[in-house]
Amino acid sequence: MITAPTTRPSGDTLSAAGLRATARILARTDAQGVTRLPVLDGSGPFALRRLGFPGPQARVCMVGAMSAPLGGDRLAIEATAEAGAQLHLTAAAATVALPGRTGDAATYDVRLTIGDGARLDWLPEPLICAEGSDLWMTTTVELAPTARLVLREEQVLGRTDERTGRLHSRLTVIRDGRTLLDQETAYGPGVPGWDTSAVLGGHRAIGQLLVVGPEYEDAEQRVRLLGGAAPERLDTGGGQGVLAPLTGPAVLATAVAPDALRLRTVLDEAARNLPG
Amino acid sequence: MNRAALMVLADGRFPAGGHAHSGGAEAAVAAGRITDAASLEAFCRGRLHTAGLVAAGLAAATAAGGDPLALDDAADARTPVPALRTAARRLGRQMMRAARAAWPSAELDALAAARPRGAHQPVVLGLAARAAGLTPLDAAYAVAYENVSGPATAVVRLLSLDPFDATAVLARLADDLDRLAADAAAAGARYPAEGPRILPAASAPLLDITAEQHAAWPVRLFAS
Amino acid sequence: MHLDHELDEIFPHRHTYSAAAPTRPDGTRRALRIGLGGPVGTGKTATVAALCRALRDELSLAVVTNDIYTREDAEFLLREAVLPGERIKAVETGACPHTAIRDDISANLEAVEDLEDEVGPLDLILVESGGDNLTATFSKGLVDAQIFVIDVAGGDDIPRKGGPGVTTADLLIVNKTDLAPYVGVDLEGMARDAKAQRGELPVVFTNVKSEGGVTPVAAWVRDRLADWTTSAA
Repeated sequence: MITAPTTRPSGDTLSAAGLRATARILARTDAQGVTRLPVLDGSGPFALRRLGFPGPQARVCMVGAMSAPLGGDRLAIEATAEAGAQLHLTAAAATVALPGRTGDAATYDVRLTIGDGARLDWLPEPLICAEGSDLWMTTTVELAPTARLVLREEQVLGRTDERTGRLHSRLTVIRDGRTLLDQETAYGPGVPGWDTSAVLGGHRAIGQLLVVGPEYEDAEQRVRLLGGAAPERLDTGGGQGVLAPLTGPAVLATAVAPDALRLRTVLDEAARNLPG
Repeated sequence: MNRAALMVLADGRFPAGGHAHSGGAEAAVAAGRITDAASLEAFCRGRLHTAGLVAAGLAAATAAGGDPLALDDAADARTPVPALRTAARRLGRQMMRAARAAWPSAELDALAAARPRGAHQPVVLGLAARAAGLTPLDAAYAVAYENVSGPATAVVRLLSLDPFDATAVLARLADDLDRLAADAAAAGARYPAEGPRILPAASAPLLDITAEQHAAWPVRLFAS
Repeated sequence: MHLDHELDEIFPHRHTYSAAAPTRPDGTRRALRIGLGGPVGTGKTATVAALCRALRDELSLAVVTNDIYTREDAEFLLREAVLPGERIKAVETGACPHTAIRDDISANLEAVEDLEDEVGPLDLILVESGGDNLTATFSKGLVDAQIFVIDVAGGDDIPRKGGPGVTTADLLIVNKTDLAPYVGVDLEGMARDAKAQRGELPVVFTNVKSEGGVTPVAAWVRDRLADWTTSAA
């Protein structure tokens, strides 16, 4: 068995083959309640496009300008919605993690900061781990007490008819100084136990939909089984998931599926069934 | 240093309620994911490196002197479905009862008073290990082993699996257990200085999904 | 020893987590706990239901059920409407009912304490075991007294065979006596065997489902309760 490295590559030792890029987005409301984007700074593989007309919500689409992340890359996105701002982020296409020339791992760090009364929607397209890739990803969200977040994360292990690369990912959500959710996933060659009936059961697409907001503080704490996990259409072969409250004003849908399409179906079902 | 206490704490007969929990195995058996010794081993390996690693890290950090209430919060943040939070707290409450009888300690009393409905079981176990004079590594071992012995015992009952085969599965996981306990103990030792980010947070999507399915069954043999 | 004494002051005794302690944390006397065990199908749940009907107007009652299929007994009691739902708790046993009442009683103790907290103060809690074999008995850490239920259909040799349940239970119920003629059972022989096994411990021959069938059992429970409330804490 290949032994997986147990620590992520340091951000300081920039690989000779690697690219270092940080994209920055800052959303701020003006006196008229229009969300402006005083910082919209694409970098390296991230090209950022503002969509639509100025209004209460600013919409930004991330356009992949080159293939990334490649092994050895150090990529980061920092998006901030200041108090009262509304920022909606999407991507034009899936992100494909690919092997680099040197066999080094890549890192990709997303940092989202949301102020009081602000809302940030982080809805990128799936991350696809191509064979031979090795990516360490972190997503760190900090919310003020009355901030709102909608976050969707989808990971696909391998392109069609291809073995998966290796992915380590950590999602940490801190609200008002308290950690609401802390989750690591590790899949792919050398990761012990990842492809077992306790973890994925043969599925190759994994996703989450996380919604945080003060309105969930008193929401009915109901659990909903999704897709094939629901008792009325029990089917362990297709997509399945669960939508459940966290300890705090948030709900999280967790889903697995054979492929990205069926994964999205389950997450869309979750989105239609959010409490409140 | 009091290694014999580890045998008491890790004994499958330690009366802390574990016998009524299958660690997701009952749901996995029903779904056809565990059918024999080989599939039991795969399930246990997956559970060990996810839920087991997280639990062992929490226990080690508590045994290392970390604040049990902060670690109880860290356990909540690492347990995204209510069925598993409820099971962990029920088991924690039962562990607390046994631990206070076995190793009376002011720290156990304080946690029991602060969490009368039960703290997460690994936190209680870590504190019990501390009260028993055990090390963070001992606590990690006890939690990690229980994490796989529970499902193995349950599958013996659920599938009438040959108990020798089930025990051999546990023996084959020994190397994984050694490495995992050492990793968890190392993280636990760093916790007091570095905080919860240093602790493992490995997730297992299917354990989360099937735990909620199982909790909704009208009839079941195991509590989780 | 001096050291032990000091430790006692720092860590007060922790015997308060089992039936050994007759008081609640606030010092008042807790509910009497009676366990009901016995083989599958002998009428444990029927006895619990009949006892609840007989005693619910004079006592504050609750029931903990342990079954391999956890909710079935609880649901039977609910269907029969012998007690309101909040007075019935079900405990999962992981396919080992005797473990839950004897070797690891923590889940049952938790259920008992939760009932006292949620619907108490209670006078009496009945803890019903899942059907098991003749060796299954309740831990003294869980219950103050136990009833073992067998029936005539199981054969008239059960009292002679003995086993911890038959020989040591505080009350032995031989149920379904109305069936004796149909299954060729010699009730007098059973009584002699039970006497030989149990000495002075009481035995009730009855059919708990018949009118007044549970009366001698209810009378025994009232006596236990009288002893419990009058004995010094």
